Amino acid sequence: MSPQAKVWIEKNAYRIKGEFSTIEPNTPIRREDGKLCGVTNPRRVVHIHSYGGEAPFFAGLAEGKLIGTRCVNQDCASQGTMYLPFRIHCPECLAKMKPVDLTRKARNTAKIYSYIVTSRTGAFNALDVPIRFIDVEVQGVATIIKSYQLIGEPAIGARVVPIFRTKNPTYTITDLAWVAKGTPPAKLPKGFTF
Amino acid sequence: MIKFSERQLKVPRFMRPVYLVTGGQSQYARAFPEKRTEELCIDALTMAAELIGMSPAELKSYIHTCYYGHFADHFGDQLLGESVIHDRLGLDPLGNCGVKTGGATGGTTIWEAAKAVASGYSDCTLAMGWERMDEVPTDEGNNYIACAADKDWETPLGHIYTGYYATMAQRYWQVFGKSQDSFRRTMAEISVKNHGYARWNPFAHGAKDITVDDVLKSAIVAYPLRVLDCCLMSVGAACVILADEDTAFKMCKNPLRLYIGAGSHTLRVADRRDMEIPLLPNETPDEYQDLDEVFPGGHRYPGFTGFLAARMSAWYAYRMAGVTDPSDDLDLVELHDAFTISDIQTYEDIGIRPYGHGRDYVESGDCYLVNPNTKKPGRLPANLSGGLIGCMHAVGATGVMQVVELMLHILNRHAEVHGDANLWKKFGKKKPKNWVDVQVPNARRGLAISHAGVGSQVTCTIVMHPDHLLKED
Repeated sequence: MSPQAKVWIEKNAYRIKGEFSTIEPNTPIRREDGKLCGVTNPRRVVHIHSYGGEAPFFAGLAEGKLIGTRCVNQDCASQGTMYLPFRIHCPECLAKMKPVDLTRKARNTAKIYSYIVTSRTGAFNALDVPIRFIDVEVQGVATIIKSYQLIGEPAIGARVVPIFRTKNPTYTITDLAWVAKGTPPAKLPKGFTF
Repeated sequence: MIKFSERQLKVPRFMRPVYLVTGGQSQYARAFPEKRTEELCIDALTMAAELIGMSPAELKSYIHTCYYGHFADHFGDQLLGESVIHDRLGLDPLGNCGVKTGGATGGTTIWEAAKAVASGYSDCTLAMGWERMDEVPTDEGNNYIACAADKDWETPLGHIYTGYYATMAQRYWQVFGKSQDSFRRTMAEISVKNHGYARWNPFAHGAKDITVDDVLKSAIVAYPLRVLDCCLMSVGAACVILADEDTAFKMCKNPLRLYIGAGSHTLRVADRRDMEIPLLPNETPDEYQDLDEVFPGGHRYPGFTGFLAARMSAWYAYRMAGVTDPSDDLDLVELHDAFTISDIQTYEDIGIRPYGHGRDYVESGDCYLVNPNTKKPGRLPANLSGGLIGCMHAVGATGVMQVVELMLHILNRHAEVHGDANLWKKFGKKKPKNWVDVQVPNARRGLAISHAGVGSQVTCTIVMHPDHLLKED
């Protein structure tokens, strides 16, 4: 994709400008005896993706907010249940749920439910290795959000607090990270704030 | 809290019995640079035909509909690969359908093929699975596999599936394994066992004669998981042929009965909600009341320590087939040992041991063909093929391979195939001089678990000799 390539929405349709897909020359794959076995097929493709009803969550990260959702349907057996990851619809009654700001609750109660540290990554990884994957329980929330820890070593039950990439956000889930409770603001990675 | 309605807990019932007529498989390898996928599928179908004394053309003449399990289109850079294979197998213009449920694709393909027979739509179906994961570099492959996680909430986190999966292992390791060295060694024993059994399987590509210490010294992938705790990444194909009773007995002398159930759970482990443990026939309501006392931290169910989809697949399949206790009623199992620790978790999900006590299945020696403690036959041998750790994990084919292996045991034909020196030679291998026949004596019933990723889909297939059914139709 060329640096100038852009996508925007106009009259409820995607408008696209610039180069989004490129093909590069292929090369033959040969056996040891020189005979042809196959070819490489290199090219770059850019997908255009909508967050749909989850967009408020990703927009919230850039503003330093952790937004979940709560079922407010009085007829639902799960009324009042809070979800993080943000779910648009209640998994029980399928009613549209209400966004709820969980930032303070997460700061005050978040604990690591499980974790793993790995240096293995896939192509296109943008996180520094080793990655400290953590699954975080927030008091009163029914589900356990997956994320990564940037400062401190993870342990089951350890208290962590959320931080947000509010400077030059990517508008992806990587804009949310966690640090050990007690980490001073001066130690936060570049671009992140509490 | 997840709750089920009575309708959702209906015991599945086939409208007529489903028979497993035959099955076959290709060789498995990390890569087949000089073979197209269709060549591997034809190898599998040809083996299936030969096992019942038919030519491939004769076998094909019975097939009415076809189900193709192939998970990762993007690895092969070919959408509708099912149509390519269907054409190359010369099965046009029969109806066919592609099936994709991650690591459970093979099992789900059989599930679909079985329902077509059970409903009467078809008298004979083909369930064929394959996978091609050798056509991209490893880091691209890691990214492609990570695309099976949630693309917005998980994949951008490292583009590595291990990061999404292994936190479950960590929780199980600390809560139920209590981070004990003895538990870590038990995990390693599974790797030694499965790599070891693969030595007697000519189709396998992970045969290794290793020790517990070798496993414990292998490179760390994500602690506590090491390289030798993890399954293989494979290329290969496998198939089974299913039929109704009349057709099955026309096709061969000794078809087997087949039952299958399926369950599911959230794609993101993050979305798991608490619930009561659905009980299997060999469990009681008070059995888990003190789970959190015995294993502090074990209070959430399924939390990250159980696979609800596996539990539900067994919940349905056991009642369907009349299984009241898997250790008593079954003679062998082929489990989805994606990792040594998930293998232990599955023992609990399918009721071989209660939750929290899975390790005992290994430590007691029950999971071996010959119990190393007593030197007597193991109570319920597991993964004699080598499983995903020792034999293969060619995703779409894996669940099918398991059923082919069960079939050969129940037909008492395991040695005939696996001990064939010509087959070893055909695959470019030499049959080991000390080759061991791992046929389970008098095998009558077997079970296979086919499992997707973090447990999003699971099938439980039960194969029985028709003279040893557990329940009247």
